[in-house]
Amino acid sequence: MSAIAHLSRRYHFAASHRLHVDALSPERNREIYGKCNNPFGHGHNYSVQVTFSGPVDKITGMVTNLGDLDSFTQRELLDLFDHTNLNTLPCFLDLVPTTENLCVELWRIFAQYPHAKLERLRVEETGNNAFDYFGDGAPIQHEE
Amino acid sequence: MILLTRKADFSAAHFYWNDAWSEAENQRVFGKCSNRQGHGHNYTLEVTVEGVIDPASGFVVDLKQLKDIMEREVVSVYDHRHLNHEIPEFKTTVPTTENIAIAIWRRLDGKIPGAKLHRIRVYEMPDLFADFYGEGA
Repeated sequence: MSAIAHLSRRYHFAASHRLHVDALSPERNREIYGKCNNPFGHGHNYSVQVTFSGPVDKITGMVTNLGDLDSFTQRELLDLFDHTNLNTLPCFLDLVPTTENLCVELWRIFAQYPHAKLERLRVEETGNNAFDYFGDGAPIQHEE
Repeated sequence: MILLTRKADFSAAHFYWNDAWSEAENQRVFGKCSNRQGHGHNYTLEVTVEGVIDPASGFVVDLKQLKDIMEREVVSVYDHRHLNHEIPEFKTTVPTTENIAIAIWRRLDGKIPGAKLHRIRVYEMPDLFADFYGEGA
């Protein structure tokens, strides 16, 4: 039986967004989202840290090949999210792109990775703001 | 003479576009930065001033005052804004990191009592920054 290890890797993308819910009045949006509700949007350098677990392969010594994870991330995340306006992406057409909701969407993407089990996903919106998500049923942990 | 540097952060959206060029030319020169919907960054601003140390206070410049000036002249104007759509200087110039450094210099030059502006450094990302040392430099 191989030992189980956890592997974490970070990726970065730059995107803009605006926090606004059409169902709420302009005043209420302003009250809830503050400067994040500014009409033209603003942006961030996002950092995504994914943690996968799995048995350490006896021959390669790896949980998963980082090249496989990098090419998966390039295709499924970075090509779709980097240098975009998050509000224009299909997943956020009807969903406000808070970092919490971004965590859930990114979890859906990385959960499809076939070679290891996704354990944790952390999104940092700025250097002072991080959100952890552990998948369906587990609460999002917010760290300031 | 001594140099003193203060940092501040702001988050903003932008895109690169030159109206004089075709869409294909904008795409060729600016790549993914030319997406008209914009994208964004967490910018870090470093303002470096030069001066002499006041023998009584030991300061080159009052740090609280410098922070307040940076907040009033730059951060409160740029933070959580779309640079192309909302900031007057980027109606006519492309908001590259280089042009942002120049624009911030112009916003701060002459506004800091007792010290001379030495350098504006703007980080678009931790591995990319531009420096500006003034119009005559």
